[in-house]
Parts: sequence; structure tokens; C-alpha cells
Amino acid sequence: MANALANLSGIIIPALIFYIVAYGIVNGNNVYEDFIKGAADGLKTVVQIMPTLIGLMMGVGILRASGLLDFLGKAAGRLTEGFGIPADLVPLIFVKLFSSSAATGLVLDLFKNYGTDSRIGLITSIMMSCTETCFYTMSVYFLAAKVTKTRYTLAGALIATAAGIAMSVVLAGVMLAGG
Amino acid sequence: MLNYIWAFMIGAGILYGAFTGNIEAVSNAALDSAGEAVDLCITMFGVMGFWVGLMEIAQKSGLVAKMTRGIGPFVSFLFPRIPKDHVAREYISTNIIANVLGLGWACTPAGLKAMQALRQLSEETCEKNRRLAETRSAKEARGKTGLDPNVASNEMCTFLILNISSLQLIPVTMIAYRSQYGSASPTAIVGPAILATAVSTAVAVVFCKMMDKKKRRDKINRRIPERRKTVRYPAFLKIPE
Repeated sequence: MANALANLSGIIIPALIFYIVAYGIVNGNNVYEDFIKGAADGLKTVVQIMPTLIGLMMGVGILRASGLLDFLGKAAGRLTEGFGIPADLVPLIFVKLFSSSAATGLVLDLFKNYGTDSRIGLITSIMMSCTETCFYTMSVYFLAAKVTKTRYTLAGALIATAAGIAMSVVLAGVMLAGG
Repeated sequence: MLNYIWAFMIGAGILYGAFTGNIEAVSNAALDSAGEAVDLCITMFGVMGFWVGLMEIAQKSGLVAKMTRGIGPFVSFLFPRIPKDHVAREYISTNIIANVLGLGWACTPAGLKAMQALRQLSEETCEKNRRLAETRSAKEARGKTGLDPNVASNEMCTFLILNISSLQLIPVTMIAYRSQYGSASPTAIVGPAILATAVSTAVAVVFCKMMDKKKRRDKINRRIPERRKTVRYPAFLKIPE
């Protein structure tokens, strides 16, 4: 099943490319010219978001290297035990808000230490599947729109993320009870 | 908001690092991460060039318009004030479809183009609202929702919250990691993950709808019409009742 899924995602992208180009040709478009125009557009967008990426990744790098992120995670972990969220997961929740690649590193650590099918392993798996990197997405997207006041976006994103985390804890419990 | 968060990340990180003796690691990390960001951008040049190029083909050939019609009702429900034929709808639809299918790298290009299109729309709306509000100069409008295009529009907020709530159906990378680390059943999480994603997305939609209603009532129904009413005519022009 895992292999079938991996194969599916392997075939889906080439199939999509083929379909898009074929559809364009059949409709009598100048697909090469369109592609070049779009590609130029894409490059311009990257140049636009590059400064934010540098700023944001620098901030996250400093926060992680100083050890503050770990410290905050552990401190908050003592509080969350009461809600049924294991303390070991809190640094992961924090890091995932800022950086997806850093979170992946932590996920693999957790899998190594607790196993993928333990309670922590299951919560981690579900949690990582149902939330996205909040601050990263916000800064990059809002920069593309040149927006400085983000209003209720952060509140909404955090509420949705919290709902996802709560569901992960509940569902992992259900899976363990059922299996 | 991001202003303070970023300043906190830098300030608190440096202070904490100084007190715990990690200051050298901090200064290395600052430079290394900046370098990493540039590396990432170089990868993104390829990916963005490639996907936005393909998207352009799909757009010119009418394929995107076809897809947009497919999930049209959903997009109309979430973004009722985006005009039917506006290009923002096409980018939003592309982003949603790429998200649902888990085509990670294809979402961001469409998402960024959608934000730019929403910005354009927001500029038009702000321009119109400023004219409705008559006396508001650009300076007076600064920082005001619906009058200053540098303030996120409701559509932008909804679009971002939706993106952050995650729409992905099959968590492909997570399944790969699970099988790599010897899970007995790597795909066991697919069902729960879909359920959890559905709940977080539903929460996001309800929240956005609530905020959208509230903000619209505040903005359109109260402030602007009031200003329109206060136009003063000389007494002799008043129609006797």
C-alpha cells in the first residue's frame, strides 16, 4: 500500500505535465512561448520573496541555536501534560510553526526514540499531516501581496492548528484503543 | 504583528544565547541560515520557473478555467466578493487543487500569484471605498481596513488561514518517513489524518466566515454610508417635508 502510494505520487506529476502541455497543443496555443512567459513571472516572484526568506530563516536559526526554542518547549511541556499532550511533542509543535524542514528533523528523532506506532509516534504522524508552517507561510504570502497589517490571519491560523493538534491526540487515542 | 515576532526571535535568541554560553553558535547560525535561505531560493528559482511556466500554459489553454468551474461553488462560498471572471479565482483554485492532491511545490507558486491578484483586487476596492467615503485622503486611510491596500483584505486572511489549516488529503511524506522507520503499517494514519485535516479546515472556514461577517458589518454598513449621509447642503436647498 505504501509502495502503491509512492508510485502514485511518482506518476502523478509527469502525467500532469504531459496533460497540461498536450491540452495546450491540442487547443492550438504557442505552449513554448507561454511557458517562457510564465517562467519569467515565477522567477520574479522568487526575487520578491528572497529578502523575507533570509530574514525569517535567520530569526529561526538564531532562536534554535541559542537553545531558547528547546527551553520554551520544555517549559510549556510541563503545562500541556495536563491536556494529554506529551511534553516531548511540544518542541515539535513550536518548531513546526516556524520551519517545516526543522520540524522534519525532530519528527525523525521522535520516531527513532519512541517508534512510529507508539502513542507519541501516532500523534506526531497525524499532527504533521494536518497542519502547515504558520509563520513561514504568512510572511512569504503576505510579502508577495506587499501587505503589512495581517489582521486576524494569525489568530485564525493558530486556532485551526490547535484544532488539528487536539484531533491528533484524540484520534491517536482511538487508534490505540481500537488496535 | 510579524514585526514584533521577528524582533522577539532575534532579541530573545541573542540574549538567551549570551547567558547560556551559546553565543558563538548563535552568530554562526545567523550567517548559516541566511546562506540556507539563499540556497533555498536557488532551488525555488527552478521550481517556480517550472510550475508557473506550466500554469501559464494551462491558463492560456483554458484548462485552469475548466478546473476553476469544477470547484467554483466551493470558491464562491469562501470568497463571495471576488468577481466571477477575476484571475484571482483561477490562482486560488489551482492552489486548492494542488494542496488537496499533495503537490507540495505546485501550491506555493499558485498561492503567491493568488496573493498578488488579491492585492490588485484589494487596491481597486480600497480606491472605490475611498471615493465613497469622500473626504478620506490617502494619509487618513493609512492602516484602515478596506481603505488602505497595505492592510490584508478579508479574502487574503481567508486564503491564508485556509492554506495554513492544510488541505492535503494523503500525507505522502509522512507515510514515507513512517515506513523508513519501520512502522508495522505506515498508511494506518491516512484515515485519521484526513479526519484531522477536515476538522482543522472546518474550524478555519467557520472562523473566517465569522470574522468576515463581523468585519463587513463594521466596515460597509456603518462607517461608509454614515459619511455619505453627512454631506451638507445649504439650508435653502433643503426640500421642505
